[in-house]
Amino acid sequence: MNPVAMHIANGIVDAPVSALFAALAVAALGLCVLRGRADLDDRLAPMAGLVAAFIFAVQMVNFPVLGGVSGHLLGGTLAAMLVGPWVGALCVATVLVIQCLLFADGGLTALGLNITNMALIGTAAAYVLIAVLLRVLPKTPAGLAVTGFVAAVVSVTVASLGFVLEYALGGTTALPLPAVAGTMAGVHLLIGVGEGLITATTVATVAKVRPDLVFALRRFRTPVVAPVPVPAGDAV
Amino acid sequence: MSRRLGWFLGAGLLVALILAGVVSNFASASPDGLDATARQGCTVDAQGRITGGTCMAQHEQGHQMGDSPLANYGIKGIHNRYLSTGIAGAAGVLLTFGLGAGTFWLVRRRDRVGTSSG
Repeated sequence: MNPVAMHIANGIVDAPVSALFAALAVAALGLCVLRGRADLDDRLAPMAGLVAAFIFAVQMVNFPVLGGVSGHLLGGTLAAMLVGPWVGALCVATVLVIQCLLFADGGLTALGLNITNMALIGTAAAYVLIAVLLRVLPKTPAGLAVTGFVAAVVSVTVASLGFVLEYALGGTTALPLPAVAGTMAGVHLLIGVGEGLITATTVATVAKVRPDLVFALRRFRTPVVAPVPVPAGDAV
Repeated sequence: MSRRLGWFLGAGLLVALILAGVVSNFASASPDGLDATARQGCTVDAQGRITGGTCMAQHEQGHQMGDSPLANYGIKGIHNRYLSTGIAGAAGVLLTFGLGAGTFWLVRRRDRVGTSSG
């Protein structure tokens, strides 16, 4: 049976801090819409819908990481690689909103917290690494797989620290923060490895089938100006 | 939308439907990293309810949408759990694609200078 709850529930972080992060999430997603519009053309729009649907699906498939503990995809790295950081964050947020409103997963009060960690922090951390790594690694399916793996491990761990910050600001129980941070980061490092494998496999597959649909390769594809070799299979 | 993109989207959706509709039934039932950490220090009964101790989830409250027909990734009223999870998962994939693609289509960039690929 699949676990029935996988995001922050109501009552773990207090109302004022939850409201603060809800406001932050709304503002940041607004910015993502403004910036993402420049990326969203007739092809990226349906592709982004597919990325959101795919993340929803993979999130339902929890994998074991330790005895009695499982993990699931967060999706920020996959989204950033396939549709870019702005639209990618919107994809993850779409999944979280649907899970919250229809599937009762992730408290409504905690929605801003969940969006901040997984859609905003997760995607942003991933994108920074993707931008750096793809500058040095080959723009091949293998290069993208390595990039996706490393970015996912870091992204998931950093996203889990987002929760630690929220808990530090408004946790409803007094628990030693170093212990909370250590456990969260440790477990999520392992979950990040799982996320990395899923992300690497998915991105490498898309890059083999349709390299033109991998957003992370877009800026390396300037056939008119730069002498950068176009990835194989790009020409139609 | 080009025909080739249509094929790719169709194949991708099919993979997502299989993952959410079938594979999800074989997912690990253990609490995820967050849930496990949040319950650390508390004792929990067979239903997953906290019975004592001190942990982050101690003051956890119920979900506002707990009565949703799709709550907890199942279909209310379907008692076969494979069917219930499978249909809920497939519905989630289609709803997410619909809402996502629809919204992104509405806010997409419209090229006024005729460079659109249609």
